[in-house]
Amino acid sequence: MLTWIAILILAALSGLAFLMGRRKALASAGGSPAKMHSLPGYYGTYVALWVGVPAALLLFVSIMFGGRLEHGLLIANQPPVLHQLSAEQKELFFQDAQAQAEGRQASEVIYAPDVKAALDAKANEARSYANAFRQGTFALMGVLVLAGFLWTFPRLNKDFRARNRVEGWVDGLLMACSIVAVVTTLGIILSLVWESLRFFSSVSPAEFLLGTHWSPQIGMRDDQVGSSGGFGALPLFAGTFLVMMIAMCVAGPVGLFSAIYLSEYAGPKARAVFKPLLEILAGVPTVVYGFFAALTVGPIFRQGFNSLGGLFLGGPLNELGLYLGQVQNQMALVAGVVMGIMLIPFVSSLSDDIINSVPQALRDGSYAMGATKSETVKKVVLPAALPGIAGAFLLAISRAIGETMIVTMAAGLQAKLTLNPLETVTTVTVQIVTLLTGDQEFDSPKTLAAFGLGLTLFAVTLVLNIVALRIVQKYREQYD
Amino acid sequence: MTDLPIPTTTASDRARDIRAAVESRLKTRHASERRFKLYGQLAIAIALSFLVVLLGRIVTQGASTFVVHSISVQVPLDPARIDQTALEGVNYDIMVADAVLAKLGEKDDDYGTKSEAIKDLMSPDFGFQLLNMIKADSSLIGKTVTVSGPLRANADLYFKGEIKRASPEEERTLSNQQLDWLDALKSSGAVKTGFNFGFFTKSDSTEPEQAGVLGAVVGSAMMLLVTAFLAVPIGVMAAVYLEEFAPKNNWTDVIEVNINNLAAVPSIVYGLLGLGLFINTLGVPRSSPLLGGLVLALMALPTVIIATRSSLKAVPPSIREAALGVGASRTQAVFHHVLPLAMPGVMTGSILALAHALGETAPLLMIGMVSFVPGVPHGFDQAATVLPVQVFIWENASERAFHERTAAAIMVLLVFMILMNAVAIIVRRRFERRW
Repeated sequence: MLTWIAILILAALSGLAFLMGRRKALASAGGSPAKMHSLPGYYGTYVALWVGVPAALLLFVSIMFGGRLEHGLLIANQPPVLHQLSAEQKELFFQDAQAQAEGRQASEVIYAPDVKAALDAKANEARSYANAFRQGTFALMGVLVLAGFLWTFPRLNKDFRARNRVEGWVDGLLMACSIVAVVTTLGIILSLVWESLRFFSSVSPAEFLLGTHWSPQIGMRDDQVGSSGGFGALPLFAGTFLVMMIAMCVAGPVGLFSAIYLSEYAGPKARAVFKPLLEILAGVPTVVYGFFAALTVGPIFRQGFNSLGGLFLGGPLNELGLYLGQVQNQMALVAGVVMGIMLIPFVSSLSDDIINSVPQALRDGSYAMGATKSETVKKVVLPAALPGIAGAFLLAISRAIGETMIVTMAAGLQAKLTLNPLETVTTVTVQIVTLLTGDQEFDSPKTLAAFGLGLTLFAVTLVLNIVALRIVQKYREQYD
Repeated sequence: MTDLPIPTTTASDRARDIRAAVESRLKTRHASERRFKLYGQLAIAIALSFLVVLLGRIVTQGASTFVVHSISVQVPLDPARIDQTALEGVNYDIMVADAVLAKLGEKDDDYGTKSEAIKDLMSPDFGFQLLNMIKADSSLIGKTVTVSGPLRANADLYFKGEIKRASPEEERTLSNQQLDWLDALKSSGAVKTGFNFGFFTKSDSTEPEQAGVLGAVVGSAMMLLVTAFLAVPIGVMAAVYLEEFAPKNNWTDVIEVNINNLAAVPSIVYGLLGLGLFINTLGVPRSSPLLGGLVLALMALPTVIIATRSSLKAVPPSIREAALGVGASRTQAVFHHVLPLAMPGVMTGSILALAHALGETAPLLMIGMVSFVPGVPHGFDQAATVLPVQVFIWENASERAFHERTAAAIMVLLVFMILMNAVAIIVRRRFERRW
């Protein structure tokens, strides 16, 4: 509430500063804008920026980090009664103290009288910290507003280069925005690396990358059976690879041939119909594909394989028949095929672009030699477009590796080291989702393992993307 | 010795042979040409048939959600059965069940087996309705009140033909007797069939017949609002900087490569970023629209930047030069002339990026949006759920009735995405200028 009032006051002060700055500059030019260096509004804006922005930044920082600072101060000195409490109880104690100070609902823990007294004392302390912090922030904001005003207002006159100054601010803002993208990458890398380092301090990287046993369930108690957990991610990599290969077997040929058809054979009318239709397929959310895989494709495939198995029963292929008879809904094939469907428009639109950028002169030359259209495509266009198409396929592979929802809903959870498409497999992304959904402690190897997997995923897709983008770019430059 | 005539090949014979060879080869070449073209047509046909099957399956699975079977029951509030000191503890469900039994003209046995069986056909919401009525007005006790609402999901499925009488009794969730009752209620006109408005006015629930998408739609809207307010301005300004102001040096190359790669980072990695950075380091509240919006904004940012840059590129340099020529500064030229002209492209790209963000699920699973949220979110920092995650949650539910709701929720999601895409296309058609 107080914060909103502060924001309103700040906005009002900035508006006032704008009017004053504008008026003063105009007055110094005798009321004629033609004599001024910049348009009158720029003078006002310049003052308003110096009045408003530093204080607003301070307010933002204090909202973001103030709570943490207060918390740090609060737990810095602990009353002696607290030594009897466990770490979690202490944490709860301080949470309750802060809740009580802010008038929120505290937890339902009943404290012993001496602890309760300490709690009340701490709550008072927390309240005083919060008050002091708030008053300090507001006072500092006031100082900043005043300083900004005094720094700019006296210097205003008709020759002041207000427009250049304001544009300097605009440039800074634009640059800051473009840096957000870089900061995002840094944030991804840092948070992944940081948590992964914690993970690798308990599980060696060699075991993680080459181990074949994956069972990240950690027991609640230390003495529980099977509490050790296994963090060999090789089965996950194998599962991811398997699903990706199946997906590419579907998306590769279908996508490439539709691209060839659209760019070489289809007339403008057919193109105008088919291309948007394919784009609809690309716009369908992945969770919808997951639903389709789990409730439509999965049962159909299982029934198909089961009845196929029934045909073999009793014959020379009895074993195979028995195996096919017990195939489950969740198999690598289902996830792979549906993921392939999802990737068709991706492959086709990238390949379409690339085939279109093969110069027409190459085709014309081929036709002039008497080649048919398909010969031209096979012998001239595709070889010329090959690097670009390879890049497109790499991008599709990177998509397939990082795709999450389809495999989560259709592939399953069992970590098996197999290349059999009828088996249930699990992938890196499925395990990340499984490890991180639900509530668990954040510092157990189980949750940290997800960041190890995330780092691996990020590294692999990054390399694929960089290579693919480089190839595509090189290819484009070749014909430009 | 007779000389055999040496076969002389005249020039015209040779030409005929070559012609025959060429023609026979031409036949195979044309056949392969036709085959190749067929492969292309086949590929398109396969892709489009996938689209038809996908959408068709969802419509056929989800359409039944929009029909609901509801009933009105007049329940006598017997003072003997309502303990006024503990209103919460009264078994209202049995009272509803008894009222239905009376309607059917059946008498219950001493063990209450029939009313238990009826209870399985009525939504537990009736009980809550009674409780709320009595809480609001305790003078109702002793009178007869009317409660109405949808039947329980299983009964609904029977009327929709999902549960068939033909299948063996032990394999169904409903017994023969329950089916007889349902038929009796239906033929007596007590059960009414209507459009399922509840699906759009209610939020998630553990009971399929009470579950709706309102909470998820509101959650999605709030999250998308956060995403739009962050991703669009930041993305546009970043693109303006890179396209119009940035000096061409190594640093801008780094940013450029960076943005292209960010666009291809798997979405789940953004979820990890949200968990590691926003939740654990910055303390943004879990499962809130604010957090989801932040994560999706980072995800949508590269797309917005790339779209904005390409539409800025499409504005001819003569516009800039003309502005500079009449004395505008570079900033003025960009903000007064170039950017407004590029705006249709920027809007189209942004709307498409937002539509994509609307359908994104994976990163939201990491940041706690899978939790069960029964109701409309109250604020940007409160727990919320969003449409795609609601689809995921319902798909995981074991009750069969949730499956049709999953498909219906997907239809709602797709309608929103189609609307956004349509707006994007209209903006492009209406305002885009070709130079």
